[in-house]
Amino acid sequence: MEFIRNYFEFWRDRYPSILEYAVQHLIMSALSLVIGILVTIPLAILLTRLKRNFLKSLVFNIANVFQTVPTIAMLALMIPILGIGMKPAVTAMFLYSLLPLLRNTYAGIQSIDSGIVDAAKGMGYNSFQSLIKVELPLAMPYIMSGIRVTSVYIISWVTMAAVIGAGGLGGLIISGIGFNDKNLIFTGTLLAIVLAVATDLLFARFEKSRNRTRRKTI
Amino acid sequence: MIELRKVNKVYEDGTHVLKDIDLLFESGKINVLIGPSGCGKTTTMRLLNRLTEHTGGEIFIDEKNIADFNPIELRRHMGYVIQSIGLFPHMTIYDNVATVPRLLKWDKSKIDKRVNELLELVNLNPEQYKKRYPSELSGGQQQRIGVARALAAEPATILMDEPFSALDPISRDQLQNELVRLQEDIQKTIIFVTHDMDEALKIADQIILMKDGRVVQKGTPREILTNPANDFVREFIGEERLKTAEPLPSLSNFIDPTIQAIHLSESKESVIKKLMEQQCFTYPLVDETNQFLGQLSLQKIMNESSVHLEDFVDPSVQALTTDQDIEDVLEYLEKHKHHSLPVVDNENMFVGMIDMKELFRSVRSVYGKRGGN
Ligand SMILES: Nc1ncnc2c1ncn2[C@@H]1O[C@H](COP(=O)(O)OP(=O)(O)OP(=O)(O)O)[C@@H](O)[C@H]1O
Ligand SMILES: [Mg+2]
Repeated sequence: MEFIRNYFEFWRDRYPSILEYAVQHLIMSALSLVIGILVTIPLAILLTRLKRNFLKSLVFNIANVFQTVPTIAMLALMIPILGIGMKPAVTAMFLYSLLPLLRNTYAGIQSIDSGIVDAAKGMGYNSFQSLIKVELPLAMPYIMSGIRVTSVYIISWVTMAAVIGAGGLGGLIISGIGFNDKNLIFTGTLLAIVLAVATDLLFARFEKSRNRTRRKTI
Repeated sequence: MIELRKVNKVYEDGTHVLKDIDLLFESGKINVLIGPSGCGKTTTMRLLNRLTEHTGGEIFIDEKNIADFNPIELRRHMGYVIQSIGLFPHMTIYDNVATVPRLLKWDKSKIDKRVNELLELVNLNPEQYKKRYPSELSGGQQQRIGVARALAAEPATILMDEPFSALDPISRDQLQNELVRLQEDIQKTIIFVTHDMDEALKIADQIILMKDGRVVQKGTPREILTNPANDFVREFIGEERLKTAEPLPSLSNFIDPTIQAIHLSESKESVIKKLMEQQCFTYPLVDETNQFLGQLSLQKIMNESSVHLEDFVDPSVQALTTDQDIEDVLEYLEKHKHHSLPVVDNENMFVGMIDMKELFRSVRSVYGKRGGN
């Protein structure tokens, strides 16, 4: 009982700064996700149009290498290039998001029955129309699930960004370690989990409502 | 009309798929490409809307070289039913059928009307099916939509790649009948690929039999059946079908020799009397040496004051010759709606009148024997 009352008091005293950390966390996550989407979707489309397997595997290998660098090392490597703060943190997260976003978009477009794309061409869609009217809508479930998975990863990884002074919920946890304050550590962890789960649920709902309007087929 | 002259296709990987193809697809006809798997049927068809580019020879569409067309424009004016149906699964039936009209920027009301018309044409109730998605249709219904979509913008040419292959025999038979019925109305140039000889014999005006990238034989179903070029064709058609394809008897079997021509020397009155007695509106006229002069018309006799029998000849009636192909005769009769025609020999001597009753009886017995069709 005592613990719960203390914890409520902690929230009452600290909530403006807790909120600030949470907002920072969301901004960093959202920013890296959006940049990731803006870069990977056109890139993946380009890759599906390429005939050369060499270039395709090159791009995927590069994305794969970023993925394998440990988070803490990636953030540390950013410091000599971009200094400290949000900028290097978002850049690092963006690099992490490349592979899952790229892979899902690419697989989504590749998975479309070649007969359907052929029909689109045969009907007289030009390459752009075929992409917008046929290929992207059909690949959308894959693309969305890529975005959903990546966003959950990013929210979790951004916690590390506090190490290079970028703030976010990781900041709460680190100061909790510094001051030996269980409440800070617990709150930072809890909020990071809540954000991740809420984001996942949000995307799940979105996908569901899309499927209701455009029925999934075959 | 589409013409292929010495067309060759070598794919990027070096496979020589089509070798010196010479073909003519006439307007308003159903042309069926048939042959074993991998012989190049689909490739030949895809050259026509430039989904695949030929690597040798020339292709002409209405005398214009296909290379001069914009491929995207070309495809919008050529219906295409692909081998795997290829309906867009995320679009309703309406949107699927409306694809090409939309690309051609038709207005909404015209598209609405056209979609309804097409769904009715392929025997699907528009109100019931318009808003459905392809997955909510049976395989046969999907193939019908595939055909409707290809017809949507009233293309002059329609390419159909095994459009009925995935169907049960009953639906297939039904769709074949619909296609033949449809073609009577719409008169398109249809290029139709199939594996199925029965299908080819049933719907084709011209059958093109291919093997290993070459045309082995082309001709009407009758020509192929009665005159297979070699053992491969014979085998491909099958003994069973060849047996039933006895040639039609020649025209000379259907001449009624009892009808005596009128001689130039007879008087007008006697001719009138004769026509009245025999209840005929028309009668053959010959000179002293039995040379055929033409078909007298009762109407002309009554209306014109001349006394020369030659003046009463109806110039629109042409005599048949004894060695004419019976298929051509049937076609001619159908086109001109004659009920009886005079027949002459090679020297233009009158032989007799064609006996329509006998002719039709014989045709019916031959086609009846072929059965199933
Ligand atoms: N893109 C391609 N690259 C290389 N070879 C190809 C390509 N497309 C088809 N071929 C080859 O060309 C040949 C003819 O193929 P095509 O699809 O025209 O055959 P088909 O007569 O339509 O066969 P089916 O009856 O099985 O549909 C085949 O041997 C095939 O392997
Ligand atoms: Mg084929």
